[in-house]
Amino acid sequence: MTDNLKQKLGFGILRLSTWLILFILFIILYDIISKGIGVISWEFLTTAPRSGMTEGGIWPAVIGTVLVTMITALFAVPIGVFAAIYLNEYASQGKLTRTIRMAIRNLAGVPSIVYGLFGLALFVKNLGLGTSVLSAGLTLGLLTLPVTITASEEALKSVPNSYRHGSLALGVSKWHTIRHNVLPNAIPGILTGAILGLSRAAGETAPILFTGAAFFLPRIPDSLGSQFMALPYHLYILSTQHHSIGVVRPIAYGTAFVLIVLVLILNLVAIFIRYRFRKNLSK
Amino acid sequence: MLQNSKEKIVIKDLNFFYNDFQALKNIDLKVPAEKITALIGPSGCGKSTFLRTLNRMNDLIDCTKVKGEVLIDGHNIYQKGLDVVELRKQIGMVFQDPNPFPKSIYDNVAYGPKAHGIKNKEVLDQIVEDSLKAAALWDEVKDRLDKSAMDISGGQQQRLCIARALAVNPDILLMDEPTSALDPIATAKIEELIKDLKEDYTIVIVTHSMQQAARVSDYTAFFLLGEVIEHGPTEKIFERPADERTEDYITGRFG
Amino acid sequence: MVRNNFDQELEDLKQDLLKMGSMVEEAIYKAVTSLKEQDVELAKEVMTEDDQIDECEIEIEKKCIRLIALQQPVARDLRTIGMISKIITDLERMGDYSFNIAKITITIADKPLIKPLIDIPKMTEITREMVKECLDAFVNLDIEKAEKVAKMDEKVDEFDDQILRELLTYMMEDPSTISQATCLIFASRYLERIADHTTNICERIIYMVTGERVSF
Repeated sequence: MTDNLKQKLGFGILRLSTWLILFILFIILYDIISKGIGVISWEFLTTAPRSGMTEGGIWPAVIGTVLVTMITALFAVPIGVFAAIYLNEYASQGKLTRTIRMAIRNLAGVPSIVYGLFGLALFVKNLGLGTSVLSAGLTLGLLTLPVTITASEEALKSVPNSYRHGSLALGVSKWHTIRHNVLPNAIPGILTGAILGLSRAAGETAPILFTGAAFFLPRIPDSLGSQFMALPYHLYILSTQHHSIGVVRPIAYGTAFVLIVLVLILNLVAIFIRYRFRKNLSK
Repeated sequence: MLQNSKEKIVIKDLNFFYNDFQALKNIDLKVPAEKITALIGPSGCGKSTFLRTLNRMNDLIDCTKVKGEVLIDGHNIYQKGLDVVELRKQIGMVFQDPNPFPKSIYDNVAYGPKAHGIKNKEVLDQIVEDSLKAAALWDEVKDRLDKSAMDISGGQQQRLCIARALAVNPDILLMDEPTSALDPIATAKIEELIKDLKEDYTIVIVTHSMQQAARVSDYTAFFLLGEVIEHGPTEKIFERPADERTEDYITGRFG
Repeated sequence: MVRNNFDQELEDLKQDLLKMGSMVEEAIYKAVTSLKEQDVELAKEVMTEDDQIDECEIEIEKKCIRLIALQQPVARDLRTIGMISKIITDLERMGDYSFNIAKITITIADKPLIKPLIDIPKMTEITREMVKECLDAFVNLDIEKAEKVAKMDEKVDEFDDQILRELLTYMMEDPSTISQATCLIFASRYLERIADHTTNICERIIYMVTGERVSF
C-alpha cells in the first residue's frame, strides 16, 4: 500500500467516525422532535399533569428542574471555582495536591446512582434535610463538582503565566494578581465548564431519585424543603413506570423534547459566553 | 574597577539550587548604581536564574533553595520576614516575550499604581503619561490609550511593558532578553531607551546577543556553568578579556 | 560553535601581511644596495615595485574591513584585525622610504660617491634585521622578540647621528660635496624612520597579543 493510499484510508476512517456521530445525534433528535413537537402547546408547558398523568402538562417538572439546577449552580460553582483556584494557584504542586487532583478526577467517574445513595445518606438522613429540592440540588452539586473543578482548573491553567509573573513583578500581591489579572481571563472557561456541568446535572435522574424528586406532585414546590417534580424523572416514569405506557407515550416524547431544549439553551448560553469573552480578549 | 560609582546591588557568595542541581555557584558581584550591567553567557549558564534571584521571582518555582546574600542598598533581600511584595515594588522587571495584560494601554500602565492603592484619576493620568513618555511610547499611543494593548506591535508592547514597570517607580530595572522576540528596528529603539533610562535607574540586562551587551552596557559579567567567570567594564571584556573562557565565548570559539 | 572559516580567513590575512612585509624588506635591501653600488637599474626596479606594495596594502585593508563588517570580531580577533590594518600603514610608509632612497640613488648617480658607503649598509643590516625579526614576532605572537626588536632601534638612531656628524665634516671641508652629502643624510634619515615604523609595529604586536598598550 502506498503512503498516499494509507493516508487516504486514515483520513477516510476519521471522517467516517465524525459523520457517524453526527448521524446518531441526528437520528435521536429527529426521533424526539418529530414525535414530541406535536404535543407541545402553551397548555402543555404551563399546566400540571392531570388524570393520572395521561393529560395536562409538565409545568411543575419544568419549574422543579430549573429550581434544582439553580441550587446546584449556587452550591457547585463557587466551591468548584474556589477549589480550583486553591489547587492551581496556591497549593504547592506536591504529592498531596496530586492525590487530591486524582481523587477529583475519580469522583467524576463515580456512577450517578452512587451519588444518589450518598445524597440520601448525607443530606436526607444525617443532615435531616429530608427529600427536598435542597437535598436534590446539593446532591447534583456534588455530582457536578469534579467537572466544575476540572474545567475551572483548566481555564486557570490556560491563562499564560506571563500575566501572573508580569503582575507579581510589579510588586502586586498574589491575591490581587489572581483577582484582577488571572480570574478575569479564566472566567469564560470557568463559566463554560460550569454550565456544561449544570446541563448534565439537569438531565440526571438517579441522584434525585432518592433525594427529592416526587413521583407525582401536581404543584410547584413551595419551599426548599418540599419535594418536587423534575423533567428527567418524570420522563422516566412516563416511559417505564406508568400503568398505561402506550397512552402517555406522546407526553413522554414531549417531555423529552422540552428537556433537550432546556439543556440546549444552557449549552447555547455557554457558547455565547465563551464567544463574547473571546471577542473581548482579542480586542 | 567600580570605584567611581556607588554600588546598588551587592551579591555575596550566592548559591542557588533546583532540587539537587546547583544552578548558581558562589556568585560574588557588585552592580553599580545608575549603570547598565549586562549578563552574558551560553544557554543554561544561570544568567536568567541569577536575574530572578534579584527580585526573588525564583520564589515562584517549587523546590528551589537560595544560600548567600543579595544586598540592595545594603539590605539583604533574603533575610527572614522580608516582604517580597514590597521588594518587587522597588525592582521592575521586563520579560523576554512582551507580556502586556489583555487590557487597554492605559490600564496596563495604571495596573501597578492602582494595585498599590492610587485611586485619584488625575494622579493616575499623570503617572500613565509620565511612564509612557519615559518609555518613549507616549507619542505613538497618546491618541489610543483606551485601545487594547494586544493590538500594538511587538516593539511597542515591549516598551509598554517597560512603561508598566516604570509606573510603580522602581529604582532597579531587570531585563531578561528584552529584545529577543523583536526585529532589528524595534531592538534599536529599545536599546536607545535602555541607554536613556540609566540616568535614573540601575539596569541589569540578560542578553544572548553579545553585540547588544557591547552596545548598551557599561559593565558586563560573563556566566558559565553557574559561575561568574569574569566581570568588568564592557569595553575591557570585549577588547581584552582576562579569562581564556571569556575570550573563547565572545569570539565564538566556545565549544 | 567553532569558527573554522573565520579562522582560515584570519590566517590568510596574516599570510598576506607577511608577504607584504617581505616585499618591504626586499625593497629596503635593494634600495640601499642600489645606493651603495650606484645601480640606477636596481633603483628603478625598487621604484616600480613600490606600486605592488601599495596595492598589497589596499588589498589587505579591504579584507580587514570586510572581516570587521561580516564577522564583528571582538577581543583578540578584533585586536588582530585592527592591528593588521595599522601595521600595513607602517609597512607602506617603510616602502615609501625605500622608494625615496632609490630616488636618491638616481639623483646622485651622475657623480661618483664622495666616499665608499660603510655605515649606511651597516645601519641597513640592523634595520633589515629588525624588519625580519619583527615579522617573525608577528607570526609567532612572540612579545619578547617584539620588545627586543624595539630596543634595536637605539642602535639605528646612533648610526644616524654618527652618519650626520661624519657627513657634516665632509661638507665643511669641501662645499662641493654638499649636494651629495645632503642626499646621503636624507637616506640615513629615511632608514632611521623605517626603523621607527618597525618599532611601532612591535608596539602593535604587543597590544595585539596582550591587550596592553606599551610605548618604546
